[in-house]
Amino acid sequence: MSLLELKGIEARHSAGAVLHNVSLSIEPGEIVTIVGPNGSGKSTLLRIMIGALQPTKGSVTRAPDLRIGYVPQTLHIDPTLPMTVRRFLDLPNRVGAIDAAAALEKAGVAGLGQQQMATLSGGQFQRVLLARAILSRPNLLLLDEATQGLDQPGSASFYRQIDAVRHELGCAVVMVSHELHVVMSASDRVICLNGHICCEGTPDVVTAAPAYRELFGTGTKGALALYRHDHDHDHDHGDHA
Amino acid sequence: MLDDFIIRAVLAAVGTALATGLLGCFVVWRRMAYFGDATAHAAILGVALSLAFSVSIFAGVLAVSLAVALLVFALSGRGVAMDTLLGVVSHGALALGLVAVSLVPGTRLDLDAYLFGDVLLVSVENLAVIWGGAVIVTAVLVRNWAALLTATLSPDLAFAADINPRREQLILTLLLAMVVALSIKVVGALLITALLIVPAAAARGIARTPEGMAALATLIGVLSALGGMALSLRFETPAGPSIVCVAVAFFAISTVGARIRA
Repeated sequence: MSLLELKGIEARHSAGAVLHNVSLSIEPGEIVTIVGPNGSGKSTLLRIMIGALQPTKGSVTRAPDLRIGYVPQTLHIDPTLPMTVRRFLDLPNRVGAIDAAAALEKAGVAGLGQQQMATLSGGQFQRVLLARAILSRPNLLLLDEATQGLDQPGSASFYRQIDAVRHELGCAVVMVSHELHVVMSASDRVICLNGHICCEGTPDVVTAAPAYRELFGTGTKGALALYRHDHDHDHDHGDHA
Repeated sequence: MLDDFIIRAVLAAVGTALATGLLGCFVVWRRMAYFGDATAHAAILGVALSLAFSVSIFAGVLAVSLAVALLVFALSGRGVAMDTLLGVVSHGALALGLVAVSLVPGTRLDLDAYLFGDVLLVSVENLAVIWGGAVIVTAVLVRNWAALLTATLSPDLAFAADINPRREQLILTLLLAMVVALSIKVVGALLITALLIVPAAAARGIARTPEGMAALATLIGVLSALGGMALSLRFETPAGPSIVCVAVAFFAISTVGARIRA
């Protein structure tokens, strides 16, 4: 069965509907990218998925064995709150030293345990968030604009890390992004969101779709191709053969 | 031993410090200082009502502090500008309390005792309430520690881990009202927030983890209580303000110390 199934979701702010008639389901092991311009309801949709928001209409069905690993867009840690990386990994559940070290290693930040969270660079911080998220052995990893504040090589390398993590854990991944050019080629499915689902399909189908072009234009095409080449080279997905 | 009013006073001060140390950390981390003020100032209204209806001060203060805390809790997260709202509630409750106290017939009340505390008047029953309250506050915080900390860090992280941050906020709100009620005897309504914030702020400069900060804040709170009581007895200064002065001295030392090390 699906890990997560949303049916006919509607969400409202005081200003009016943010999402209407959104239905989608997430299958085990797949990578889904949700793209959309600012204000398109991406973050609202993700918050409904993690249970932080109740939709005003529609239903959310979670698989009984659903374990969500959530990587937020940013995390502001109040400067009055001292927090080492190691202690952060213990939230909300304490984990063993070996598991913690392994998670940091998988996320590409081995050996940072004793550092204060406040002293990490942007890239290290995102990777520590990723390490914490995978410690609960999730079968669904949710990432909200997780590469915001990283430069392009930084984002690309972060996405490769996620790909590696997914291969190891076999979890489904849902990413919310506006950075199409770096994210799309790794996805099994892209959902283009603008209050409702405009179009949906494999990256190729979506980039060719008129609704997508209307939202994003074709300006990212070049960068997209650039990264796809890079990515295929690294992971041998070989769709440019 | 408890017959000696000085021993009772010292025990009351230490008991209060134990209750405020851990909770104070959350007040600092979540920036609830104004919230603490609003709840504490409302205590004066509680004093007035207790006198008017001849119930125990603790019960009256607890009831009014709870009511104000729950009111602010209900209004929070609805997009109201929180600092303005808290300013209105805090000062409104204080002014209303002062007016109400003056209207209570008969007793010519010594208001200073409730504004600034009068630890030398602590009875054995007061002591039982303070220590009982300190045990409850500590037990609830320790039991919910991981969830409270996760919710403090990020409500969305909490949701994703099946923790309801609103529930955790409610727990802190209720504990805060309780701490106000049990510490009014010792430090008075005006300085309760200081007892919550200053030891935690002093601990921040030294601590590396949340637990380390909580333990240090409690230790600094207890040392401030002991030091403040010693000062108060030696120089006949008011106990509550003396305790806060010692805590502020700890803060100054730890802040300067942290700067020098850095």
